[in-house]
Amino acid sequence: MENNTGKPWVELGLTDYEYEMIKEILAREPNYVELGMFSVMWSEHCSYKNSRPVLKTFPTEGAQVLEGPGENAGVVDIGDGLAVAFKVESHNHPSAIEPYQGAATGVGGIIRDVFTMGARPIALLNSLRFGTLSSARSRYLFNGVVSGIAGYGNCIGIPTVGGEVYFHPSYEGNPIVNAMCVGILEHKDLAKGVASGVGNPVMVVGAKTGRDGIRGASFASEELNEASEEKRPAVQVGDPFMEKLLMEACLELIKTGYVVGMQDMGAAGLTSSSCEMASKGGTGIEMDVALIPRREKGMNPYEIMLSESQERMLVVPMKGKEDEVQSIFRKWGLDAVVVGTVTDDGILRIKEGEKVVAEIPAKGLTEMCPVFEREAKMPEKLAEIQKCNLMELPEPANYQKTFLDLLSRPTIASKEWVYEQYDYMVGINTVVRPGADAAVVRVKGTKKGIALTIDCNSRYVYLNPYVGGKIAVSEAARNLVCTGAKPLGVTDCINFGNPEKPEIFWQFKEAARGIGEACRALNTPVTGGNVSFYNETKGEAVFPTPTVGMVGLIEDIEKVCTLNFKNQDDIIYLLGENSDELGGSEFLVMYHGLEAGMPPDLDLEKEIALQECTLKLIKEGLINSAHDCSEGGLSVALAECCLAGGMGAQIRLEESTLRPSSLLFGETQSRIIISVSRESADKVKAMAQSHSLAISKLGVVQGKSLVINGNSFTINLTLNEIEARYKGAIPCLMKG
Amino acid sequence: MKFAVIVFPGSNCDADCYHVVKEVIGQDADYVWHQDETFKTQYDCIVLPGGFSYGDYLRTGSIAKFSPIMNEVIKFANQGGLVLGICNGFQILTEAGLLPGALVRNKGLKFVCKDTFLKVENNETPFTLDYTQDQVIQVPVAHGEGAYVCDENTLEKLKANKQIVFRYSTSAGETFPECNFNGSSDNIAGIINKKGNVLGMMPHPERCAETILGNDLGKHVFTSIVSWLKGGGRNGE
Repeated sequence: MENNTGKPWVELGLTDYEYEMIKEILAREPNYVELGMFSVMWSEHCSYKNSRPVLKTFPTEGAQVLEGPGENAGVVDIGDGLAVAFKVESHNHPSAIEPYQGAATGVGGIIRDVFTMGARPIALLNSLRFGTLSSARSRYLFNGVVSGIAGYGNCIGIPTVGGEVYFHPSYEGNPIVNAMCVGILEHKDLAKGVASGVGNPVMVVGAKTGRDGIRGASFASEELNEASEEKRPAVQVGDPFMEKLLMEACLELIKTGYVVGMQDMGAAGLTSSSCEMASKGGTGIEMDVALIPRREKGMNPYEIMLSESQERMLVVPMKGKEDEVQSIFRKWGLDAVVVGTVTDDGILRIKEGEKVVAEIPAKGLTEMCPVFEREAKMPEKLAEIQKCNLMELPEPANYQKTFLDLLSRPTIASKEWVYEQYDYMVGINTVVRPGADAAVVRVKGTKKGIALTIDCNSRYVYLNPYVGGKIAVSEAARNLVCTGAKPLGVTDCINFGNPEKPEIFWQFKEAARGIGEACRALNTPVTGGNVSFYNETKGEAVFPTPTVGMVGLIEDIEKVCTLNFKNQDDIIYLLGENSDELGGSEFLVMYHGLEAGMPPDLDLEKEIALQECTLKLIKEGLINSAHDCSEGGLSVALAECCLAGGMGAQIRLEESTLRPSSLLFGETQSRIIISVSRESADKVKAMAQSHSLAISKLGVVQGKSLVINGNSFTINLTLNEIEARYKGAIPCLMKG
Repeated sequence: MKFAVIVFPGSNCDADCYHVVKEVIGQDADYVWHQDETFKTQYDCIVLPGGFSYGDYLRTGSIAKFSPIMNEVIKFANQGGLVLGICNGFQILTEAGLLPGALVRNKGLKFVCKDTFLKVENNETPFTLDYTQDQVIQVPVAHGEGAYVCDENTLEKLKANKQIVFRYSTSAGETFPECNFNGSSDNIAGIINKKGNVLGMMPHPERCAETILGNDLGKHVFTSIVSWLKGGGRNGE
């Protein structure tokens, strides 16, 4: 191999220090195949070497948690012998280079993580972030990513039921593409990625191995630059049809009870799946690369071990059941080949025929990876940005115009253009569709429903990572609660810049502190997730983006609650309090051009009271709708309640002493808009009081217009006028 | 009554159709694997479900027609058996020559998933008996290649023989061009063969067969089949 430094490890992204460690582990110099294997396994993407000490601070246990971090996906109990497996993963760098395939294979990878656990995937979500749509490149990436997600999810037949899309200049060169998958399984079918039982066969199943995606995991752990385009070959190509066959075959196989362990070949392909399975099982694996079905001739062991060809799995079945495994895969037209065996020496031994080409202690690639305690330092300018005085800003001249402008901000506007491209109904479980606080899917054969969401406002995290982290978790939980679901657990996707920079690491640590604290308070343990660092272009990091995926349980699907106003003359109340907080708001950046101040405060005690009260109100059937106030504030949330049900509202805010911009557009947390029949009003007020929760009347559901009257302003618009701006914004920009 | 739901590699609405037949309208159903060369039992109705058979990589439905089971399906249809093709199933039926015309890329070139309104143009078929003539039903679509096209001559025949069963419309039943989101000829959403026993439709009635999913009017495509079969089939072919 060529290299300019005379140090092949440096070319592969390893440091001198790490190279010395490898020599110690092997007690000799590694050969090139071994070096390649170390380089991918010790990449941040596979090893979490920069994040592990911080991730350890997350709460991961709870009565509902059946499987926490460390497996392919987290698993939480939903009763009746059933469980939910779920996980989120990033595919940011591949999507920056090749948006369609990058996003598609992100979806494919996360689906494999879920069915590997023995769960049938029933829903997909995604969290996407791009630069502003005025840029042609952002439009290209946005279009390509959405098409890629649609192309994969629609074909495989798993509904894409929810998600979020933000637009901000910091994502211009480095979009964020996080995909989340959720599956249902019976407890007895829970499968793990463990190689145990010495003498058991090791089988490669699914697609053939090609030269695509070699060292993709390492590519994911570097900053993007001008040369990144040349790494297009590091992006894999997805085949959803192949994955559909693989999924059906694997689920059929798990039902036989013959599976000892199973692991997806995702990042770092055969290398990661084999060493992780052996490492978790406390065993070794010996396999012959010459036996691995290949797509092309002349592949050497290095390429085979490091290929990230998609739609492949490593399976350890019980000895003697090889034929049964093969007959299932044959039925689906897939390869299932015995390539090795489980051994008792703890060594991952790779052979090519009789020749040993790599011999590494399995744990050397996994647990023994170096862990770095990075330096953390608050960014110098942040204190100044936080202190920005927002109290003396001029008020908008025309609130109605500002309101309409806010509704057409791509971050706030309807995402119908996106989700109409996704099949969100296949599987006939989707009870609450995209565009709501959270999606809800029913669990057939039971009365239960699962509520799903993925959330993060990265501007809040940028302004104050600790508070922003708390808000991301709290808002996700609040979204679930608005449907009547009790939040169960979290999967998080940390998308940050280069952790070797103290300012970035500080953001990460602080955000993690906020996430951990909120997860503890709301009893939503972190069951897994993914860390994506190095989201930088030309040295500039994206906004710190710790997206929080959350699942919740609805005991009785008939009681599911939605955001839309439902009956004329219902009374509209606000649970929680308005307050003067413009910091971090979409309004502030749109109208004043400021990304400054402190993000809205979050009091976890108040949040808990709000969520508990709302859940009870829904359970007792006292409210007809519930909707969280988020980006765009109270006015935008009211508009969403109106549009979703095609019903107008008369809102009276004359009693408020807040300045109108804060009242209408401020993004104060812990607020939920509900609508209530006149008969239930007293009971609802009593329930709020018993939770020491503020409740105030906003107005009534009425007509086909939204009218908001305040001390010094009036907004009076027909729903048609509002809808034109809200739904028209993104299609209009995408035509440009 | 006994339904067969054909499973091609890549079918993904097979379980949905099976669920509606079994759990919603309470009839018997079997999955039938595409490699089977014969039906192992007597069926009253064959369902070709939606999905991406063989990945739809060459052209939608074009590979599925070569599956061994399709010979049986064609034989069954030619003998007057009821065949319902939904979405990819419709595409397969046109590829297999059981229905005229073809399904091509949506006019917007994008996959579209949403609710549509359909006007029942002919309620005298085995699949629409339980609807009233001109009834408007709300049924979801989810397809990238669902624009129905055929030559002028075929279109005239479809009209003359009342073979157009569903058309995209407004909620009031007006078949305006604006409702024709995918660019189908004459707002066509579903057609039946001349003999009246093979129906293909792009919208998914199985997705709106239970109130919890929004509305349950789609189930009448399935209940109609049962009503028809109980009535002993159509006379005077």
